Amino acid sequence: MVENRPFFTFVAHFVLLLGVAIVVLPLWLAFVASTHEPSALITGLMPLIPGDRLVENYELVLGEGVAASGAIPVWKMLFNSLVMALCIAIGKIAISLISAYAIVYFRFPFRTFCFWIIFITLMLPVEVRIVPTFEVVSSLNMLNSFAGLSVPLIASATATFLFRQFFLTVPDELVEAARIDGAGPWRFFQDILLPLSRTNIAALFVILFIYGWNQYLWPLLITTDQSFTTIVMGIQRMVTVADAEPQWHVVMATAVLAVLPPLAVVLGMQRLFVKGLVETEK
Amino acid sequence: MQKRVTFRHLTLPYLFILPQLAITIVFFIWPAGEAIYQSLLRQDAFGLNTRFVGFENFERLFADPLYIDTLWRTLGFSVSVTLLSMLSALLFAVMADHVIRGATTYKTLLIWPYAVAPAIAGVLWWFLFNPSVGILAYLLQGLGYDWNPFLDGDDAMILVVIASAWKQVSYNFLFFLAGLQAIPRSLIEAAAIDGAGPVKRFWSIVFPLLSPTTFFLLVVNVVYAFFDTFGTIHATTSGGPGQSTTTLIYKVFNDGFIGLNYGSSAAQSVVLMIIVIGLTVVQFRYIERRVHY
Repeated sequence: MVENRPFFTFVAHFVLLLGVAIVVLPLWLAFVASTHEPSALITGLMPLIPGDRLVENYELVLGEGVAASGAIPVWKMLFNSLVMALCIAIGKIAISLISAYAIVYFRFPFRTFCFWIIFITLMLPVEVRIVPTFEVVSSLNMLNSFAGLSVPLIASATATFLFRQFFLTVPDELVEAARIDGAGPWRFFQDILLPLSRTNIAALFVILFIYGWNQYLWPLLITTDQSFTTIVMGIQRMVTVADAEPQWHVVMATAVLAVLPPLAVVLGMQRLFVKGLVETEK
Repeated sequence: MQKRVTFRHLTLPYLFILPQLAITIVFFIWPAGEAIYQSLLRQDAFGLNTRFVGFENFERLFADPLYIDTLWRTLGFSVSVTLLSMLSALLFAVMADHVIRGATTYKTLLIWPYAVAPAIAGVLWWFLFNPSVGILAYLLQGLGYDWNPFLDGDDAMILVVIASAWKQVSYNFLFFLAGLQAIPRSLIEAAAIDGAGPVKRFWSIVFPLLSPTTFFLLVVNVVYAFFDTFGTIHATTSGGPGQSTTTLIYKVFNDGFIGLNYGSSAAQSVVLMIIVIGLTVVQFRYIERRVHY
């Protein structure tokens, strides 16, 4: 703050409180709705404070789910989402670490060619080439499997690009020192480069975990078997019930459960998250 | 950029680059090539015969008033989402940069929506704006507005714009705040000594210095509105009522998986690829040059 303007400070706080209200309100009301019995919600004027059905509603959702529509219990959806998000995050980090290492620390024929093949994928989100990618995955018999859910999403150059940028800032003297001490390329990677990249890996993990958890279109297409339903797409099946009002208390309880894990990651690792976000994009 | 010191090894670099290269070729290059190839083919109604038709799919596409409508609708949608989320994020960031007390708390609360999946964001607002149970719909009806996103296309559009913009506010906020905090205090103080008030300082110093961030966010937000909002739309309005919330990406999905019109869907994919590549090129060129005054 440059000068003291009490009125402007007051306005600033007012605007920020308004912003927080807009941002938090939908989540708060979702939580409130998930703690009431269904009859409390159909009147149009929904309550603004939590009801007394928290335990019952969440028990119902987690344990049985909406059995009538043939859906699996929500704990299984949470499990599927977790596996998918972890596969995507860990797979992406592992693959891009070693490929960035190869690109930065080695000279070999076709290096530039490989570089461009990989970096061209920076431009093409999965959504754009969704139909042919689906055909490729189905011809590889990867429908309804965790491999099919995660491997096609692992292939993107953002993580490789980030690690490449980071490796380029690592001083050359480290390589020279390592070589004088008789360390080969694998030893250097394992004992020097990996420990140096620890913060970057953690920051990237936060971003990729959220990216994986929030996938929607891809799981929707390639899982026709209900047992692979992830939670984000599971909600869609609960909302679009034919010719009936959705069971909002169940839907909102599921929504809250779907938001909690990534929210916990964002809030718990806020500093890493902001770092990861700003660095992957720039 | 290249390293001065490198390792020499015959097999290791290939071994290291192989996994990523294999996945890229199988799941990126091959499907993209397939899309281009299929966009030049046409199948008969029973899927028995396929023949080469050249650019006919593209000609039909751009002669189709439905597609042109979708194109304009997507543009309007993207511009609305981008403006709404960027303007509110800029406002919050400037205010959060100004206050001292509680700044961290505000920041922590404002980044929540980043964790929410686009589809879930859609469902949350769908619930609030639902004509029979939603509290905001109740308020609107109380004000005498006949709100019904099930029947009215404009209402449905407003709903998906709000849900999409809401999700993106936190992202824009973080980048604007980082940009604001990178501006040297001495510049602002010098202007204040010269008698410039907060508004004057914002427009003649802060905003121009923020232009690289703004431009970067502009491209990111347009790409987000084009592609990532599929979940928001699919989980709520399903492109309707009628065609009123069908965007380009929704149409690719609809024509390809529901309508099973592969030729047209592939041609639409190719058009989208060209749009993304164009946006990326624009972004790289301007970031090189750095938007500045």
